[in-house]
Amino acid sequence: MMAFRKWQHSIHLSFPQLMRSGSQTQIRSVSPRCCIVPVHRMSFTTASGPKCKGTQPELTSKKHAKLKRGNFARLSGKHVDHFQSLLGSASQVLTEDLDGYNTDWMNIMRVSKILRYCNDQKLAVVPQGGNTGLVGGSVPVFDEIILSLQLMDKVISIDQMAGVMVCQAGCILEKLDEQLADYNLMMPLDLGSKGSCHIGGNVSTNAGGIRLLRYGSLHGSVLGVEAVKADGEIIDCLSSLRKDNTGYDVKQLFIGSEGTLGVVTAVSILCPQRPKNVSLALLACSTFDDVLSSLKEARNQLQEILSAFEVFDNDSMMSNQTNLKLMNPLKEHNFYIVVETSGSNQSHDEEKLNAFLETVMGSEIINDGIITTEPSKIRILWGLREKITEGLLHDGYCYKYDVSLPLAHYYRLVEDMRVRLGDRATRVVGYGHVGDGNLHLNVTAPAYSAELHSLIEPFIYEYVAKLRGSISAEHGLGFIKSKYIHHSKSPQAVVLMKQLKKLMDPNGILNPYKTLPHTD
Amino acid sequence: MSLRVLVGVKRVIDYAVKVRVKPDKTGVVTDGVKHSMNPFDEIAIEEAVRMKEKNIVKEIIAVSCGPQQCQETIRTALAMGADRGIHVEVAGKEYEAMQPFHVSKILAKLAQEEKVDIVLVGKQAIDDDCNQTGQMTAALLDWSQACFASKVEKTDGELTVTREIDGGLEVIKVKLPAVITSDLRLNEPRYATLPNIMKAKKKPMAKKTAADLGVDLTPRHEVLSVEDPPVREAGIKVETVEDLVGKLKQSGVI
Repeated sequence: MMAFRKWQHSIHLSFPQLMRSGSQTQIRSVSPRCCIVPVHRMSFTTASGPKCKGTQPELTSKKHAKLKRGNFARLSGKHVDHFQSLLGSASQVLTEDLDGYNTDWMNIMRVSKILRYCNDQKLAVVPQGGNTGLVGGSVPVFDEIILSLQLMDKVISIDQMAGVMVCQAGCILEKLDEQLADYNLMMPLDLGSKGSCHIGGNVSTNAGGIRLLRYGSLHGSVLGVEAVKADGEIIDCLSSLRKDNTGYDVKQLFIGSEGTLGVVTAVSILCPQRPKNVSLALLACSTFDDVLSSLKEARNQLQEILSAFEVFDNDSMMSNQTNLKLMNPLKEHNFYIVVETSGSNQSHDEEKLNAFLETVMGSEIINDGIITTEPSKIRILWGLREKITEGLLHDGYCYKYDVSLPLAHYYRLVEDMRVRLGDRATRVVGYGHVGDGNLHLNVTAPAYSAELHSLIEPFIYEYVAKLRGSISAEHGLGFIKSKYIHHSKSPQAVVLMKQLKKLMDPNGILNPYKTLPHTD
Repeated sequence: MSLRVLVGVKRVIDYAVKVRVKPDKTGVVTDGVKHSMNPFDEIAIEEAVRMKEKNIVKEIIAVSCGPQQCQETIRTALAMGADRGIHVEVAGKEYEAMQPFHVSKILAKLAQEEKVDIVLVGKQAIDDDCNQTGQMTAALLDWSQACFASKVEKTDGELTVTREIDGGLEVIKVKLPAVITSDLRLNEPRYATLPNIMKAKKKPMAKKTAADLGVDLTPRHEVLSVEDPPVREAGIKVETVEDLVGKLKQSGVI
């Protein structure tokens, strides 16, 4: 029978099987902790994995003592029995790949039945994908049931001619990209957690990443969504059409609503052509103005072949060197830029890239740089940018912020924060998708400190709000940032959001306490 | 005592690329596939450049045998710090059939022509994993050889080389002239930076053929077929120790 831990009654429904709580294989899902540091599996291999040094983060329900648990039912034996009967043989520990799973249509029916039951019984549910989110949106706060879609990982179809792939929500992003390679296609998004994150989660959070500059946001590249509402009703908008202006585009409601309006179960996505030629340049600048000049020059000369433009500062590079023992291929400089081009013709791309490099080196906007088309070197150089997040965790505790700002103020925020925090912080780093005006500001310290936290927030949110920026460019609001929504959205907009939530999930069982501010 | 070094650099399929076998099983697909310098040869060039920076070496010549595109590989070596390049052009069927036996003859001839003191190559190439060229070159030249070098020091007229061997590390002294093959831990190669890439465009690159060097490229091997390794089958999990023993007995392992 089920054995529940005393301090929480959360059980993990590893779809379509039931997980014994306390089982070693799924510890992360049973914990209701919501910590600011993302303690999650990442796609990189290092000698020591990402750690949260020092004490374990406090249980969310303790840390946010004022937060009241919603008026939901408590999980009991009769609920568990019902789930077991719904799912069939559920008494064994989850094993992978051994049992033959039923076909896809059966799975979506099961999601529907589970949600209908939860809705009837007023049981709260947290939909979960790869659990790589950075704002606590994918873990329970109290004792919500986790609905993991990791077993719904089938690719349903790939249409090479149209460039459209249809797949289930539990597919891992990197694996999808690998499969698409055989068809000369690629996924339109790429992010550091690609080895662990699920496409369902990506869509639910409208994930951004390093290629948004070129391929746009998921609001554009997702052609269809199949989702299940809180009451179990299946909304099938799984079209593969590029153009379909028939009525309201309701699939957009599920993109970026962080699992609060429905559970995404399948996705149809437009996949770009896989480039025949990819070039990567790592360039070094002395000032941030030089970074912006390079961006302008890149847009001007590289135009349609530009596929990524990222920046990271010297503090980020030093973290890589100290914490991850990565080599800096260039000498010490204040800023490093990663410029990637993707195209169909090597000599055409090379010509454009050489012209660009000649301009920026000639006018001394760039002090030094490396350029390569070798896949092995490209991987290593991208690693310098993508592994920053992981390296920072080694400092102890990391406060992570993700903001959108007008470019002129992009780095000023980092400098102002550094001055404000002084010695209290180990490191204040700034890096990110400068091509999209998206800054990732991280502050590290040996351990969590409420004092340091209070110095950072709400200062950073007020700073961003004054500049009419976004307090969460791509990470979403989740649990941590929902209360700051007013810094970036008007009150009327928030009212409309709450009305939509009430319409689609009257009992509020889907991912409660997240995204929209709590109504206490 | 300023030495001259000949470094062999091979153009191979980049190690991050997924290699595919040709449908006719005669080899692997190379058309349109990204190539780069053999990683062990990068280490060899890096070592030569470091020796030059320490004034042990006064000139570095980078050589590559193969089709036109090998010039890119040589240019990379020049951008890393080599002084001049030699491209021994071998193309088509002759290139496909070329083996370490032929390359070592070419390197030996060039070493004599260019009057170098050291021949530095990677210990093996990542496409064929032969680990033969360095040793054969030394034998043809009747020079000392120090293979799998993880450290090279110059002491008087000799080299003290630390070698990586099965049992651990072996330190040997070799008289010059010598052939050295580089192992992974010898150094971490630098990247070719933009200013150096510009400079490298002006460095001299000579072109020769195997015939110029009096080397016969007739193959000594015939490749019968190239196939993918067998797909790894899934294992099975058993519930108890008794089951495990039973299955092992069944499969005849015990």
